[in-house]
Parts: sequence; structure tokens; C-alpha cells
Amino acid sequence: MTLPLFKPWEDPGPDFAALLRRSGMEPFPASRFELLGGDERLIITHGTTVCAVRFADGVVMAGDRRATAGNFIAHRAIEKVFPADRHSGVAIAGAAGPAMEMVKVFQLQLEHYEKVEGQALSLEGKANQLGQMVRNHLPAALQGMAVVPLFAGYDTRRRAGRLFQYDVTGGRYEESNFASTGSGSLHANTVIKLGFREGLTRSDAIDLCIKALFEAADEDSATGGPDPIRGIFPVVAAITAEGFQRIEDQEIAQRFEALTAELRARNEQMQPRVPETSDLTGEVDERGGDAK
Amino acid sequence: MTMPFYVAPEQVMKDRADYARKGIARGRSLAAVVFNDGILICAENPSSTLRKVSEIYDRIAFAGVGKYNEFDQLRIAGVRHADLKGYAFSREDVDARSLANQYAQILGQIFTHEMKPMEVEILVAEIGDDPDDNQLFHILYDGTVMDERNFTVLGGEAEAIAERLEASFEPGMTLERALAVAVKALAGPDRELSAEDLEVATLTRTNGRRAFRRLSDDEVRGILSRP
Repeated sequence: MTLPLFKPWEDPGPDFAALLRRSGMEPFPASRFELLGGDERLIITHGTTVCAVRFADGVVMAGDRRATAGNFIAHRAIEKVFPADRHSGVAIAGAAGPAMEMVKVFQLQLEHYEKVEGQALSLEGKANQLGQMVRNHLPAALQGMAVVPLFAGYDTRRRAGRLFQYDVTGGRYEESNFASTGSGSLHANTVIKLGFREGLTRSDAIDLCIKALFEAADEDSATGGPDPIRGIFPVVAAITAEGFQRIEDQEIAQRFEALTAELRARNEQMQPRVPETSDLTGEVDERGGDAK
Repeated sequence: MTMPFYVAPEQVMKDRADYARKGIARGRSLAAVVFNDGILICAENPSSTLRKVSEIYDRIAFAGVGKYNEFDQLRIAGVRHADLKGYAFSREDVDARSLANQYAQILGQIFTHEMKPMEVEILVAEIGDDPDDNQLFHILYDGTVMDERNFTVLGGEAEAIAERLEASFEPGMTLERALAVAVKALAGPDRELSAEDLEVATLTRTNGRRAFRRLSDDEVRGILSRP
């Protein structure tokens, strides 16, 4: 690997993705995907539900741990929430391979920019960079390898948490309070929508994300719930002025225990009637008409 | 048609070296000193925006003296080299030695083949897990690489400064002590350097993945004001 020196008018500047292209190392060049016909889709690994909630001091991001390939659970403990740099995080849903690669390039892009330019990009600038990456990925998305990230961070200039949602075309939408993406996002979003209020504490925001992921896993087969047997819990991170901080698994486990205890108590109180299916099992029903 | 005059290769090289050295001597010097927790790089630099010392990678720092645009071009090339290498292989595979060799190749190539040599001296520093694994590579305008142990000085007055450093250097100094020693050596007996005249950065083992950290003027002032 030689020293990459460029003539001033050919210099890629602080853009790491452009540098990769210039060096022939582009991760997902659009041309590669035209070979696959529309019907010949491969079954590839997908990651699912992630969400983000703004709270008083910043943003909380969370993601479940399941990856699926068609009907199979491909992985029980993949991670979908990553630090993008000191003050921002990125969470991904969609085709796992390209998504991981996108996160890797995005992280490098932010660090590369900071080192070359001597100062970090603005939060807005980072969000736009990710949008460009998603847009460049569109040809692959059309082949069934869509990647839909969430981006959230603490804006050190505005002193507030901010979050951004994307679509497969690279459309960038700033959300004011919360966002989620992935197959269970409908359910997660509803839970957050009902539980959200202005000025949530960090603890309440974490609990809200946990509840949202629990309900999403309850309704969506591609979203994984907490797995206390294997000790696998969703990845949750808080981003504040102090930076990106991943919440310890132990704390998440405790919060899940509290949530399940609450749900169990509610269930016992309701004493729900389990639907009867005995008519179809062939057993004689003692309360049946013949006995009378 | 005119015939070019014959000039002996020795003379060509000497002229180029003189030219480069003269350019480097015009700027201020810098010193890198090993301390107990990492490597300190201290440059005499009145500008707070045009940097002489900067981060290349997780454990690697770069410093340059001489012509700003030339060493800055080398710095950016180094960042690109390291980031590409880390992307293609792994972060652990990025090391100062290979980067220093790349720099030496380029500087040597330019020194012999281009119209004008680069008027720069550069430093590539890497901290290891252990104080004994630190690496300091001092590279000259003609591609000469020197592997230094405890400290190194770049710039026009390097010899005098290095002599002063040699006299006061002790292994296992604290950051505060190392900074005081470096500043004293840079200033010499007749001058005083204040925090505004200095650019100070460290590679510190306890700083997490990215070991590079700049010290603000206030921090430097605080350390220097202690007896």
C-alpha cells in the first residue's frame, strides 16, 4: 500500500468514501448489482427493529439483537446500535452485511474528516453524509438489500439531542421527538408515541425504548425479545454532552425484569380467559349437550 | 542550441540539501519527549490554527517543521494511508514503521528527481502498550530515517536543543516534568516561552482508542506555572 498522494486538482479532500472510490476499494459499487435479475433474489441476513427517543439531556437509541434469513433466525446477538463518533450514534435495519459495511464506512468517514480538516463535522453535516451513503446504496436496495438507518446525536452547537430518519432513496427526515425503523417499527413507534412526553429523564427514556422493543418483539417474528437464558438483551445507548455511552447489559436486564414483573402482575389481575379449543381435540366434553 | 553545463552529482545533491536545510532553518523547532504514560510533542508555534502536530491514527501522531503546505500535504497523505490500511485490513495492522518508510520513499524520490526538494523534517510517533515499545521516527528532507529512543528534536536549531534535552532528560518522567523539560530546551537560556507560543499534544496510553490529545493553552499555562 503506497502513500496516497494526489495532484491538487484531483484531491478527494476530506471525503473518505471518495478516497475509497479513487483507490478502487469502493464497498458497494452500483454496477455490481445489475447482474442479478429481479427474480433471483438471494435470501440474505436482515436486521430489524431499532428506535431512538429524545430526552432532556440528549437521545437514547436502542435496537434488538435478532437477525433473520428468510424464516430462520440467523443470529441471536448481532448489534445494530453503534457509536458514529463521540457525540453521535447510528442504528441500522435492513440487509445486515451492507448495513455493517455502511456503518464502518460512516464511522471512518467522520473520523477521517475530523483528522484531515482538524475539526469535527456539524451534526447536520454528519446526517447529510449518511443520507448520501444511503442514496448511493439505492441500486442494491432495489435488489432487496435495502439499508435503512437511524442517526441521532447530541448537537454541541445547539446543545440538544436531535434525530434523523432515512428512507431507501437517501431521503433524510429530521424527527423532533422519536423515530424507529425496521420490521417491528410500527409497534415500537406506537408504544413510544403513547409514552413520550417533553423533557423525559434518561431513565424514563431508556425504559420507554425497552418497552417499545418488547412490544415489537411480541408482535413481530423478526424482532428478538430479551433472552435471559442466554443473557442477550437489546443494545441501548444514551448520547449526551458527555458523549456516546452504551448502557450496561446488567442494567438493561434489571429494567426488563421490572417490565416483565409489571406485565405479569397486570396479567394476573385480569385473569384472562384462555380460548377453548377442546372441541377439535376429540376429547368428550363433560359439559357437552349429551350429558344433560 | 545550447548545451547544459555539466554539474557533478555531488554538487547537485549538496545544493539541494543546502536549499532544504535553509528552508527548514527559517521555521521554529519542535521536540518530542517520552514520558511515563506516553509521548509528548511540543512545538514552538505562535499560530493556533495552522498546526504542526496532529493525529494520524489511534496510536500514531505526526509532526512537521519547515514549509507548512509541504508537511501538511504529507500529513494528509499519512491520514489517508492509515485510514485506508485500517479499512482494508484491521486497525491493529496500522503501524508507524511502515508509514515512516512510505514517507522516506516519497521524500527520497522527490529529493533526487524533482526540481526542488521538500523543505521539511517530519516525525512519526507511535505509543506501544509498554513504554519500551514506543517508536519515534525522525525523517529528513532527503528521506533519511532515524529511529530515536527517548526524545527527538526537529528543526533548524535541533542540535543545540537536543543537547539541552540530553542534559535534563530522565526516563519515566511525568507529563508535567516532561513538558517543563521540553519547553526549557526549546527556549534555551536566553528566552522564555509562554503557552501562547506553544503547541502541545500527547499520545497517552490511558486516553482510550484514540490516544492523541491536544493540551489547551490553559492546561499548558497551568502546568508551566507550577514550580
